[in-house]
Amino acid sequence: MSRQTSVLYDVPGPRQRRITLVSSVAATLLLLVGAYFLIYRPLDDKGQFSMELWGPLIDPSNENFSQVWDRLGLGLKNTLIAAVLAIVSSLVVGTLLAVLRIQLKSLTRRRFVGFATPLAYLLRGLSVLLSAVTRVCVEVFRGLPVVITIFFVARGFPEFGVSFDTLWYLVIGLTIYNSVVIGEILRSGMEGLPGGQAEAAAAIGLSPLQSTRMILLPQAFRIMLPALISQLVVVLKDTSLGFIISYEETLNIGKQVIGVLENPIQVYVVIAVLFIAVNYSLSKLAQYVQHRLSRGRKTAGTPAQNPPPAALMSQAEGAGGPI
Amino acid sequence: MRITRVAAVAAAATLALGLTACGGDDGSSEGTGAGSKSFAAGSTMERLNKAQAIKIGTKFDQPGFGQKGLSGKPEGFDVEVAKIIVKELGIPEDKIEWVEAPSKVREDVIVNGTVDLVAATYTINDKRKERIAFAGPYYEAGQNIMVKKDDTAITGPDSFKDGTKKVCSVTGSTPAETIKQYVKDVATQLVLFDTYDKCRDALKGGQVDAVTTDNVILLGYIAKDEASFKLAGDNFTKEPYGIGVKKEDTDFRNFINDTLEKAFNDGSWKKAWDDTAGKFGAELGAAPTVNRY
Amino acid sequence: MNVLIDKFDVFAGGFWLTLQICLLAAIGALLLGAVVAVLRISPVPPLRAVGTAYVNIFRNMPLTVVMFFAAFGLPALGSNADFLRLPGLDAVFNRLGTDLPYFRFALIALVLYTAAFVCEALRSGVNAVPPGQAEAARSLGLTFSQNLRHVVLPQSWKASVVPLGSVIIAMIKNSALAGFFGVVGDLAQTADQLTSAEGFAFVPVAIGISIGYLIMTVPLGALLDRIEKRQAVAR
Repeated sequence: MSRQTSVLYDVPGPRQRRITLVSSVAATLLLLVGAYFLIYRPLDDKGQFSMELWGPLIDPSNENFSQVWDRLGLGLKNTLIAAVLAIVSSLVVGTLLAVLRIQLKSLTRRRFVGFATPLAYLLRGLSVLLSAVTRVCVEVFRGLPVVITIFFVARGFPEFGVSFDTLWYLVIGLTIYNSVVIGEILRSGMEGLPGGQAEAAAAIGLSPLQSTRMILLPQAFRIMLPALISQLVVVLKDTSLGFIISYEETLNIGKQVIGVLENPIQVYVVIAVLFIAVNYSLSKLAQYVQHRLSRGRKTAGTPAQNPPPAALMSQAEGAGGPI
Repeated sequence: MRITRVAAVAAAATLALGLTACGGDDGSSEGTGAGSKSFAAGSTMERLNKAQAIKIGTKFDQPGFGQKGLSGKPEGFDVEVAKIIVKELGIPEDKIEWVEAPSKVREDVIVNGTVDLVAATYTINDKRKERIAFAGPYYEAGQNIMVKKDDTAITGPDSFKDGTKKVCSVTGSTPAETIKQYVKDVATQLVLFDTYDKCRDALKGGQVDAVTTDNVILLGYIAKDEASFKLAGDNFTKEPYGIGVKKEDTDFRNFINDTLEKAFNDGSWKKAWDDTAGKFGAELGAAPTVNRY
Repeated sequence: MNVLIDKFDVFAGGFWLTLQICLLAAIGALLLGAVVAVLRISPVPPLRAVGTAYVNIFRNMPLTVVMFFAAFGLPALGSNADFLRLPGLDAVFNRLGTDLPYFRFALIALVLYTAAFVCEALRSGVNAVPPGQAEAARSLGLTFSQNLRHVVLPQSWKASVVPLGSVIIAMIKNSALAGFFGVVGDLAQTADQLTSAEGFAFVPVAIGISIGYLIMTVPLGALLDRIEKRQAVAR
């Protein structure tokens, strides 16, 4: 990043440094004054900084402190459980989906020579149909808001006589959405690999499935790891949608705490800080992994220097994904 | 009249147990345990008693009726009434699994069998009776409107007809549907949230002019902040609260009705009220007549 | 299935309201995101810090929390977001000018949240411009703002289009949360209303609502795919 900033403007000389210093001080002052008058003063006037409201959250000697944090701790635990289950199942389903789509794609190109003509046509038609069906499923589930997916799962499953704990509705809802996204990340990763990889695999006699499993998928995982980790952040944030179906995750418990203590702004500030802390560390991890990978790649001289454009896209979508 | 006989047996059993356990005031262990009561074979009561476990749907965010506080256990009038029924089933209190049942899913959780009964400020009405059945009522509330203390412009639901006053309620609740009939333009006058505290905060902040729901809920907020809020006028609907059970389960419904009647008479109903919503200053009134249909 | 026909006006109204939020929020987020992106690469350190902090805060918070702060934090700051009652604009987007501020609050939340991702998309575009371009511009004596305006941004725009589109698609989907924060009548809230309060059968309502969202997201996604493919070929 430092490279980027220095590319856009010259290394400052003494005059420029003075100007920068002065404008820095001015900007800081302006920001502080603005924050004081626009944020601190109105909040203080409304008594939002009183210990009565903050005490139960930050003062260990407060009578409610331990109970509040017991509850919030439970919420955090539930959030993490849902997030871990969702990410694991999304990874599994997403990988399967990516492999399926790659396989179907190669099937649709196959001519099925050696079969009787009608059978060959039938097989080709079938593979085209299957390919289209998976494509439609992917488009539909990728295009629906995850809130709606979770809501539909929670309302729709019991409609068909299947009922689970709310945890599983949340996990299934998140998995449906995220496995499709992860599937697309991996697929574009595999398709972005140089064609020589698959050709070489075929040349040494690997079947398409073997070449996907042993050659393409491991490389795609490697290239896409940062995107996959940012997807983890998305899943973690998405668990907060559990409140819609009464799953007791952090926000929902926060709501219950607010019902008793009546300090909504304070509780939400604490929850926001918790989320930012966890997610920020995760995104730092993603950056670190990306850094490691790009360094490793340079020395190893493997072909894919940059993730294919699709990777960038899914990364942006991943990071910008619902909530 | 098998039912009355069962009830009589149950009542006799409680009486006997009550006599033997005389002097012990540990209410939760009294008359509980599998087989401590006998119910007709194949009935819901027998099944629950045998299992020694029950799932009950209630609100987790309704002060005075069902609110999950810092202890992590729901508290309120609905919860206490449910506990009376559970005790009558011979199940200890700590074997109850409380399930959050917000307004919009109450029928679903009964029909799907997610819970065994629902006690959640649950208004008895004909539309709901198409899908489930109600025991009770055990309380009669009425919809009312809460406004700021200094507001004189809103006097009742008709004040919304001119299309300027803004009102807040909760998604999927009966009051929200009722107030729609009075509101001129939903888009500019009605706000729906998932909890009533959000409505209250919106009223306090001045984003809306009124909050509407059952009077007892509003009285809860007024009791906490008398300087800011008041009720505008009288109740304009009747909201009898019932216990929701499966539609075809008449035995269980009758059992609950018997239990409620007993609770009306022996004072446990009044005690439940005084310990919970009664603290808000709402009137309990005379015991309602249970509706056996 | 009758509900789709009987309640067509409700679905259409929900669709239109969701579309309104999305259009306005997209414009707002693109503008604010561009500003934040400029802050993030600006030569003045405090501004850079603000830009970075902004992105880190909003990208790591659930939108639910942002929505909450907009709907309940802004009133605590004494604002009903009346500055968004833009004359002329509220003739088309009728919810913008109502006395009920929740449409505006939801809009603000969506803009604030999405802007962080817009900023990152723009920055990834800037990063894609070969450094030699900016260096050449500097050697010609262009200042920071001239450099951005005439050399870097026009080129980065191309590389940003696809990620930006993805951000906008994500935003359309995110707008579903507005229905849970006081905006009555958008697509998501319509689903809730019809199935829960009015007791319509679940499946047809689900289909109707899904179609509503897919109309907005799928064509946009397909368009992006095409652009992406064409760019890949050009490269």
